[in-house]
Amino acid sequence: MKLLTGNDLKTGDVIWWNGLDWSRFVADAVDVAEDGEAILQREEASRRVNASYIIDAEQTDEGPRPTHIKERVRALGPTVRPDLTLKPADPNAADWVI
Amino acid sequence: MYQYDQYDQQMVDTRVEEFRDQVKRRLAGEITEDQFKPLRLMNGLYLQLHAYMLRVAIPYGTLNGKQMRMLAHIARKYDRDYGHFTTRQNIQYNWIKLEDAPDLLAELASVEMHAIQTSGNCIRNISSDQFAGAAADEIADPRPWAEILRQWSSFHPEFSYLPRKFKIAVIASDTDRAAMKLHDIGIQLVHNDAGELGAKFFVGGGMGRTPMIAPEIRDFVPADELISYAEACLRVYNRYGRRDNKYKARIKILVHELGKDEYTRQVEEEFAHMKELGLNPPVEELARITEYFADPAFDTQASDELDLSDPDFAVWVDQNTDMHKQSGYAIATISLKPRGGIPGDASSAQIDLMADLAEQYSFDELRVTHSQNIVLPHVKKSDLYALWQKLDEAGLAPANLDLITDSIACPGLDYCSLANARSIPLAQKISEKFAEQGRQKELGELKLKISGCINACGHHHAGHIGILGVDRKGTENYQLLLGGSAAEDTSLAKITGPGFTEDGVIEAIETVTDLYLQEKQGDERFIDTYRRVGMEKFKEAIYG
Repeated sequence: MKLLTGNDLKTGDVIWWNGLDWSRFVADAVDVAEDGEAILQREEASRRVNASYIIDAEQTDEGPRPTHIKERVRALGPTVRPDLTLKPADPNAADWVI
Repeated sequence: MYQYDQYDQQMVDTRVEEFRDQVKRRLAGEITEDQFKPLRLMNGLYLQLHAYMLRVAIPYGTLNGKQMRMLAHIARKYDRDYGHFTTRQNIQYNWIKLEDAPDLLAELASVEMHAIQTSGNCIRNISSDQFAGAAADEIADPRPWAEILRQWSSFHPEFSYLPRKFKIAVIASDTDRAAMKLHDIGIQLVHNDAGELGAKFFVGGGMGRTPMIAPEIRDFVPADELISYAEACLRVYNRYGRRDNKYKARIKILVHELGKDEYTRQVEEEFAHMKELGLNPPVEELARITEYFADPAFDTQASDELDLSDPDFAVWVDQNTDMHKQSGYAIATISLKPRGGIPGDASSAQIDLMADLAEQYSFDELRVTHSQNIVLPHVKKSDLYALWQKLDEAGLAPANLDLITDSIACPGLDYCSLANARSIPLAQKISEKFAEQGRQKELGELKLKISGCINACGHHHAGHIGILGVDRKGTENYQLLLGGSAAEDTSLAKITGPGFTEDGVIEAIETVTDLYLQEKQGDERFIDTYRRVGMEKFKEAIYG
């Protein structure tokens, strides 16, 4: 599957296209299939997202999981600071990255 | 310490307001990201893996308590309560909001700080010896020269669009604590036979994907012509440095391709021309700047006696303090490498405390080291125990300076969009593995340096033991290197062989350190034994 991701222009937060809007959680991301480039162009113009691009991912029981480790680190947060990730209460959250 | 004059302050304040307008226009959609990106980079604002990252310049790593306290304030107000001290003697914040950046920069400007030229193809923050002005072995304080170079290079119109970024280091002793020969230009202040002050120039060093040690191109440039000579070096590079290929654009490639002799000939030709133009700073200006770096009011009666009856304190004194030029004083290094910690990270509370301690015990001065530690340069020996107790309470007293757990590590894949592998978890695991004081002490001086990609921000080429993280079909893999040094015996480390998993590279480090202890003769450091024994024996031990 293909996901569309980028950074929030104002805050810099990592964000994912959920089909209607942008979410900070990769679990909300949808497969953009062949439409990624068109959505990317439209959303960049709307000034919500910055530096957006399309990545490969696989569908899992927990939702989309980016293929490359770099994107998984982006999706969660720094593995060395669990308190700063999107799952601060889950001590094993980094297992999903690695 | 240097203090801004009205021109400095006006330049920085004006730049903040200019950037405020640029941010406003970007958010309003009046300029595109392609137009905005070079503007934000000129102000040190990157877009990194998780958010915008701001790199704040700390000129030659020197700052005072008020400035340090501002860095803590920024961590609290604009970031997530911590900062990361870097291998370029700067600090980075990882979670900055674009909409906050102008206010943040205005607050920085209020304490004579900025983020200008911490990115882009320009002359970056000038680096220097963290012991400058305090070291017993220096022939002069290098900071006035670093400051003059800072002023010369700030907004220098001719050098704002160089082929590639450009880094200059200035030192003033034979002991190199600043990795001087691994800079684009390395400058060592020296005396000539007549006892006059001048500078030795080394040009074309660097790490990155093509590491090179800068060759010496001039053994003596009179001090009052130092700027002209630096300008001549830059002019030749600016004219002939490659702009067609980013990976071949650094000055080291030009010097290598032209050859040291031809590059030097061209510099000398340019220098002769420069001298005719009379562009050297006026002597009065050199004197004015030098005055800012006059020694503080040392107590000349201060005692050298030290009560070392507390064994933990004694270990810290032995490991983390250095000889000061003034009797009765010591240079104290605060290690930002706690057991299992993140190299170079400090919380806002820790940054505040270090500011307080600098004001109380070190004539209001701090230094950031390229090894990601903090120095209090002028501590009275009679104050060391009280200082150590306060550091210890705050988790800032690891007694590991220059030991294996005092590793350098870049942010790696946990933060950096360029990285291929994580550096920090590896540094943390090695720290845990070797944390026992007796064990790391037995290994002695051992510079371990970890980079998460070939750009080498973690200086892996210069590690006695270096680690380079690579991407191997989507998984992290680590190459092991041995034999590098960033000191006066500068050398480049060599790759041992095939890479390892994270656990595998830690095992390999155990193997090479065990071999070192077996082979060590007398007082040899790891690097000495490696150089004597050679790579083959280490390879054999690692790979069988």
